[in-house]
Amino acid sequence: MQKEIIISGFGGQGVLFAGQVIAYAAMDSGKQVTWIPSYGPEMRGGTANCTVVIADHEIGSPLVKNPPLVIALNLPSFDKYEPLMQVGGTLIVNQSMVDRGAKRDDISVILVPCNEIAEEIGDKKLMNMVAVGALLSALPEVSLKDVEKALEGHLPARHKHLLPKNYEALKRGYENAQKELEKVPA
Amino acid sequence: MPKELWKGNEAIAEAAVRAGLEAYFGYPITPQTEILEYLSRRMPELGRTFVQAESELGAINMVYGAACTGVRVMSSSSSPGVSLMMEGISYIAGTEVPTVLVNVMRGGPGLGNIAPAQGDYNQAVHGGGHGDYQPIVLAPASVQEAIDLTVLSFDLAEKYRAICMVILDGCVGQMMEPAEMPEMRPVHRENWDWNTDAKMGKRERRILSSIYIDPVDEEQTNLRLLNRWKTIQANEVRYKEYFLDDAEIVIVGFGTAGRVSLSAVRTAREQGIKVGLLRPITVSPFPYEALDQLSGRVDAFLVTEMNSGQMLEDVRLAVKGRVPVEFYGRLGGVVPFPDEILSEIHRMAKVKLGTDVHPRDAWLERMAHIV
Repeated sequence: MQKEIIISGFGGQGVLFAGQVIAYAAMDSGKQVTWIPSYGPEMRGGTANCTVVIADHEIGSPLVKNPPLVIALNLPSFDKYEPLMQVGGTLIVNQSMVDRGAKRDDISVILVPCNEIAEEIGDKKLMNMVAVGALLSALPEVSLKDVEKALEGHLPARHKHLLPKNYEALKRGYENAQKELEKVPA
Repeated sequence: MPKELWKGNEAIAEAAVRAGLEAYFGYPITPQTEILEYLSRRMPELGRTFVQAESELGAINMVYGAACTGVRVMSSSSSPGVSLMMEGISYIAGTEVPTVLVNVMRGGPGLGNIAPAQGDYNQAVHGGGHGDYQPIVLAPASVQEAIDLTVLSFDLAEKYRAICMVILDGCVGQMMEPAEMPEMRPVHRENWDWNTDAKMGKRERRILSSIYIDPVDEEQTNLRLLNRWKTIQANEVRYKEYFLDDAEIVIVGFGTAGRVSLSAVRTAREQGIKVGLLRPITVSPFPYEALDQLSGRVDAFLVTEMNSGQMLEDVRLAVKGRVPVEFYGRLGGVVPFPDEILSEIHRMAKVKLGTDVHPRDAWLERMAHIV
């Protein structure tokens, strides 16, 4: 088993942390995992991305050219990764930040209004966790429970009071994507 | 110790602390700055020495001074910064004081860029500083290996009174992986018979220097270094083998190029191609003997690097023209994807390979169609 995930968005959208949460969840459930950020000048404004690889064997390349799983938190990321995706892959798009639908019909593009859902929960910064929840609907190797436990285990103590809202964000993202997935023709 | 998710650079810093690092001197440069940043907090916390020097030149000469006192000392930098340190490195080698230096390599030459690269192989392995000396060079490919080899580098540097370099590329420095830290070792100063320790008048004076005005003395020093190097070559070669038992094609790659190759090897194996991987962990001393033995039973080698074929020449020395050696590299901060190496494997499995064209020339021709 090996799964590769790219998470991409503007700097400040919590792209790198979203990837780390998935990496922690994978690690805690006994899997091999790598997390690698783009560390160039794009960190200072502009787009940021990270790649997470999960496997049950020693991981080779930490980078991936044609990912099967992508979270695009903004339009430039949607534009960049939609053409690169592996056939049959799942692309989670933050609908709140894009003004178009899918161009490809050989991948599942799931539009989730992450910003609006996060605002409904009461903190717009939870937008990345909504997207992570949505991704889990296409990543059976990592469960919602795994991610909740990872957050609990690795979130600094000063942020622990935010856990319930993070759980809520994950769950809402997951359910939203599940609903969308049912609509997408196989 | 339980596994934690560690970033390569920070893992190296903490591993050095646990190996008994007493003094760190450095200067910030991407993509290794997290080492310095981490130690700027951690070292004072433990009452140990951290200095951000005025430049890389300052840093390496502070390292030189501290090393003379026999404490565990290190610096870290990235390619252009390491170039600046070369004079000091040669002095350290000439003085025979143990020193650890980490190079998180980036694209070059010159200012280059901050992307992952392996272009400093020759500088690290075949010198860089002036004069006859050989550093020990370790090349981790994962965060766990970066931890283990950092700890090892202090032991090796002390054992052989040598410079031990840990070279990795920006990928390994920046990535996070689950890894286990060793137990904290107590800071321990060996009772060396060579270090300066402010015991004036209490024993015979010790002088540490790289100056040997009389060429006869310098020749003796060079011979001593060389004989020590022969011992290092005999005892310290390390590498990792993957799928070599029945391999017909063997890939040789270190660091990130090695692990990217592993992905290609796995896919090729699924397709029934008998390919394996030898990943050097010590690139100096180089695993000549392992490659020499493999040359007797495999059909061909493929060397993969994130440079223009620097380790390639060492592989060719080991193989001695007995079987074809091919090369695939990406340069200047470009990291190869597994599919690029997979197509090289496919090509090698299909066509008859010769030994008459230099593999770098053949690769250059193929590259014209790739980039």
